[in-house]
Amino acid sequence: MKVTLTVNGTEHAVEVPANTLLVDLIRVNLQLTGTHVGCDTTQCGACTVHLDGRAVKACSMLAAQAEGAHVTTIEGIGDPENLHPMQAAFREHHALQCGFCTPGMIMQAIDLIDNNDGLDSQTIREGLEGNICRCTGYHNIVRAIESVANAS
Amino acid sequence: MYQFNYHKPASLDEAVALFREADDPMYLSGGMTLLATMKQRLAAPTDLIDLAGIAEMTGVQVNADAVRVGAFTTHNVVAGSAEIQQALPVLSQLAGLIGDNQVRNRGTIGGSVANSDPSADYPAAVVGLGGTVHTQQRSISGDEFFQDLFETALQPGEIITHIDFPIPKRAAYRKFPNPASRYAVVGVLIADFGGSVRVGVTGAGPCAFRASGIEEVLNEHLDPSAINGVEVPDAGFNNDLHASAEYRAHLVKVMARRALSDLLKT
Ligand SMILES: Cc1cc2nc3c(=O)[nH]c(=O)nc-3n(C[C@H](O)[C@H](O)[C@H](O)COP(=O)(O)OP(=O)(O)OC[C@H]3O[C@@H](n4cnc5c(N)ncnc54)[C@H](O)[C@@H]3O)c2cc1C
Ligand code: FES
Ligand code: FES
Repeated sequence: MKVTLTVNGTEHAVEVPANTLLVDLIRVNLQLTGTHVGCDTTQCGACTVHLDGRAVKACSMLAAQAEGAHVTTIEGIGDPENLHPMQAAFREHHALQCGFCTPGMIMQAIDLIDNNDGLDSQTIREGLEGNICRCTGYHNIVRAIESVANAS
Repeated sequence: MYQFNYHKPASLDEAVALFREADDPMYLSGGMTLLATMKQRLAAPTDLIDLAGIAEMTGVQVNADAVRVGAFTTHNVVAGSAEIQQALPVLSQLAGLIGDNQVRNRGTIGGSVANSDPSADYPAAVVGLGGTVHTQQRSISGDEFFQDLFETALQPGEIITHIDFPIPKRAAYRKFPNPASRYAVVGVLIADFGGSVRVGVTGAGPCAFRASGIEEVLNEHLDPSAINGVEVPDAGFNNDLHASAEYRAHLVKVMARRALSDLLKT
């Protein structure tokens, strides 16, 4: 079937089998491999992208469910010369070690900032319920997000 | 996941017609439960009928004595709706406790209620508030809707279109969440309709139910200590690696006392 969607501002019409997951369309068809697959069971959040501005787990959606939608992946928010403030904050606060969870953490963190007024560390911790990091112990991730929340 | 035919009807009539024509169809809402089930090959529909394009199933309406929520409304929309927060805050609070943010952005109230997971949160509200589940063909009372583990009064092909929740004088919901999934090990919703109290329980048994023993004592004394003397029989309760049936029966009383303390503060 044909799925038409806008990813990082560019419209794509992609021919995929109906059982294709959104994360596979992103990684395999569009070769945007910044979005990761950790668990494939809606637990870890490594596959988090924005669908019409809200964080969703791309491993748990069909590509067909994104028909007509605007999708933003980690590649769409900044680049090495021009980091998004959240990416810069993660670097500044040493909020990553292996980096596997980082794209999903950053996409979820941006959703948190966009949809909450006055984030405190408790709200940030609860907001990361759906994202698992096996390296950092979370403290520096929370600090990075707090620094962006306080700056905005 | 096995291959299937994907359909996205624009109306209820079209959805039902597609359902009748297909070999082994299933409806799809947020997919937060169904897609995982299909990945594990525990479900293998020949046809997936996506309800996302049906305008009749969306929207929130608040009137003087009830809140009507379209079946395709996501948990985060219910949690964040200023109208629902104002008229029926317990429903927004409950929706905000479901899973995680990404799940709440996709999962819908209709999908959750249709699924009748024994530890889902919304069933406690449908039962505890005395809600009514509407489908394209009839209305089903909340007391009759949940029948067993993953079993409801829905007939094959029936679609939940919206759910009505009567507005109580005050209400509160407390759950003991599973620390990994956030699903309710036990959740209790207490609603005070001024003269009569309803108590909806999820997580404890195969499906949501009213705790009639607790309702009886609370109709006499609306006081947390009144719950102490109630017997909650654990026969038929869920017994798994998360909690024994006996522990769940204990949690029903603990969550009920906490919910009632919250309710009395409002
Ligand atoms: C990580 C994770 C954590 C979660 N934690 C919680 C939690 O703490 N509490 C909780 O309550 N839930 C939790 N859930 C479940 C979540 O709430 C889902 O939204 C819910 O189970 C199903 O809703 P859905 O819209 O995704 O339905 P789907 O998965 O699309 O469908 C579920 C079932 O309902 C049927 N169906 C869907 N819509 C309709 C309709 N309108 N009419 C008739 N049948 C229909 C489908 O055919 C299917 O059988 C969690 C899920 C995940 C993945
Ligand atoms: S890969 Fe999607 S939640 Fe883990
Ligand atoms: S940095 Fe390694 S999983 Fe988070």
